[in-house]
Amino acid sequence: MIKKILFSLVLILLFKQQVFAITTIDITRGNLDPLPIAISPLYMSEGSENIKLDNSVNQKNVGEKISEIVEINLKRSGLFNPLNKSAFVQKPDIAHLKPRFEDWRLIKAQVLVTGKILIKEGKLRVEFRLWDVVAAKEILALAFTTVPNNWRRVAHIISDKIYMRLTGESGYFDTRIIYVSESGPKTQRIKKLAIMDQDGANTKYLTLGNELVLTPRFSPTAQLVTYLSYFRNLPRVYLLDIETGIQEVVGDFPGMTFAPRFSPDGKKIIMSFAQNGNSDIYTMDIETRVVEKLTDHPSIDTSPSYSPDGKYICFNSDRSGLQQIYIMRSDGSKVKRISFGKGLYGTPVWSPRGDLIAFTKVSKGRFYIGVMRTDGTGERLLTENFYQEAPSWAPNGRVLIFYRETKSDSEGKGFTAKLWSIDLTGYNEREISTKTDASDPSWSSLLSGN
Amino acid sequence: MMTKNLILSVLFHSFMIILTALSLPFMKRNPIELPPIVSVEFIQISDKTNIPFAPKARKTLEKIKKEEERVVSEQAPPSSKKKEKPDRIPLPEEKKEKQQIVKKKQNPEEVELQIKQSSEFEKEELFDPNQIAALIDKSKEKVAETTREDKKLTQSSVKNSFASGLTLTQEDALKAQIFGCWSIPLGLPYDENLLVRIKLKLRPDGTIAKAEIKDHARMNMPGNNFYKVLAESALRAVRLCQPLKVPPTGYEKWKEMDMNFDATEMLKG
Repeated sequence: MIKKILFSLVLILLFKQQVFAITTIDITRGNLDPLPIAISPLYMSEGSENIKLDNSVNQKNVGEKISEIVEINLKRSGLFNPLNKSAFVQKPDIAHLKPRFEDWRLIKAQVLVTGKILIKEGKLRVEFRLWDVVAAKEILALAFTTVPNNWRRVAHIISDKIYMRLTGESGYFDTRIIYVSESGPKTQRIKKLAIMDQDGANTKYLTLGNELVLTPRFSPTAQLVTYLSYFRNLPRVYLLDIETGIQEVVGDFPGMTFAPRFSPDGKKIIMSFAQNGNSDIYTMDIETRVVEKLTDHPSIDTSPSYSPDGKYICFNSDRSGLQQIYIMRSDGSKVKRISFGKGLYGTPVWSPRGDLIAFTKVSKGRFYIGVMRTDGTGERLLTENFYQEAPSWAPNGRVLIFYRETKSDSEGKGFTAKLWSIDLTGYNEREISTKTDASDPSWSSLLSGN
Repeated sequence: MMTKNLILSVLFHSFMIILTALSLPFMKRNPIELPPIVSVEFIQISDKTNIPFAPKARKTLEKIKKEEERVVSEQAPPSSKKKEKPDRIPLPEEKKEKQQIVKKKQNPEEVELQIKQSSEFEKEELFDPNQIAALIDKSKEKVAETTREDKKLTQSSVKNSFASGLTLTQEDALKAQIFGCWSIPLGLPYDENLLVRIKLKLRPDGTIAKAEIKDHARMNMPGNNFYKVLAESALRAVRLCQPLKVPPTGYEKWKEMDMNFDATEMLKG
């Protein structure tokens, strides 16, 4: 009996040792290089109809073009490293059926994109698969059908799906940017409202350039734009329906209105209204036209922006002497200053993720684009330049677009205004090419709502 | 007779005392507080002289974990069988009516697709539409729980490195190897719980017989996109590194291995 007890105790001890013996290793470091991704050209299935899309694109190369756009999108995000296609060993059609993962591993690809295209009865069907090369398995497969002319959007939607699957965050490629297109000499600039795809393609002009336009902003929910234009030489806030082209003045204010923005549900416009040298913040319900005054202070309160839940508003005000950022509840109560750094703070914009506020800071004659937490802590300046301002968030809250001007010489030459984007790391800064000079960009939400 | 009993009694008592000393939490020695700047390597060296602490707590943790989590095989059924989803891009002019169709088509298939990858147990737990609300709450709780658990575990595992099957040099070599293979996903937010634990079964030559996420259930829970991305990157890292740099001897000691992947330090720094 005693022997048995002793024996079992010994067993328990032994078991204990066993549990101990599992080696545990902590991996706290890795490489932060962009993920190597191979994007195989999409191949055209047999039996596709002949079709001409536009000058450079036809049914023969549309697959290649789509994969190129996906490649450029992912590369510009700074999170991916698309590999050189000349190193690809497997043909697109065979890879799409079942990739030889060993071959793709050889060229150091960690993920692989394959796809095929079918054009039938005037419809374009694009199918793509995403493969985890290392785990040797498929992790995403989708197909889209649309009119052939829509091939660029398909490429953007594919990019979004890949981005989301590999980063856990929604993408921002199937989006558009509205901005002010500028041309002519600096003293006589012609400013037009323009809209383009996020990658700079498909530019369209929405106004003729007769009147000065400024600060266009996208509605988060509809194809509406609000902006500042001049009516009888008085700056007023306008509303424009992109689909119908109808414009109207917002509200019946007896003076100057400016700095408009939509509320997150798209039902209200928030803006500044100036009278007798004092400007305060107002909202107007787009449907009922009911106007509400939110701030009442003898200082200049402007640039309001809602938090994504609609409960708070950030704005800037010079009530403390210098221009600083404040937040308040959406009914105008509990005003609180959040920026305390040296210099001036302006154009606060609340991130669509809700965690950060982006701003322009002017200090010692230099302009910075930065972000801070919504309580004013954790200020980080992302980029610094001679003149830059007006940040606008990509719908996933990871990338900012803004514009930057260069200095003109004594004869007024050499002046340019260009759009730039930067991500929250502050490293991935890129110029966005536009047909003309450009300023005041605003990023739309995802068109496909994915 | 008397002496025999006495000897037995003494033996038995001393045995129980040793067991108690080893097991009871109040007898454990507090780990030496180290300044935060000191690197992981340093900690291990100084700990060679340390007595293992709280083995019982650790054991209970292991037990609870085993009960709580049903480990699901990573090797899902051949994914090439998956049907691609017939999806449709709404054209601008017909957007409103088309959007509804897209939604109808997409959702059932997506659910189906995920069911294929999960076990019976998870199927019930994860995709009962009546329990979605409860599920979301649960996933939050779970995150909180695991955070606490993780912290304890990491600490004790660092402290106990002498109990593991590898010497420090061997462990460092292995770490350095994995560091090189791990591409940390760059888009991750750094304020979330970014720790993934992987259980490895190794072959004698250092190749991987089995690699699985210890918290697999969390992968498919709503709101855990980032965890899933990180977990997949960790799995890719160990597979990319094959064969692992393991010692030529002592297979029994390292044939099973746990790896804790923690990206917080890198993403913050």
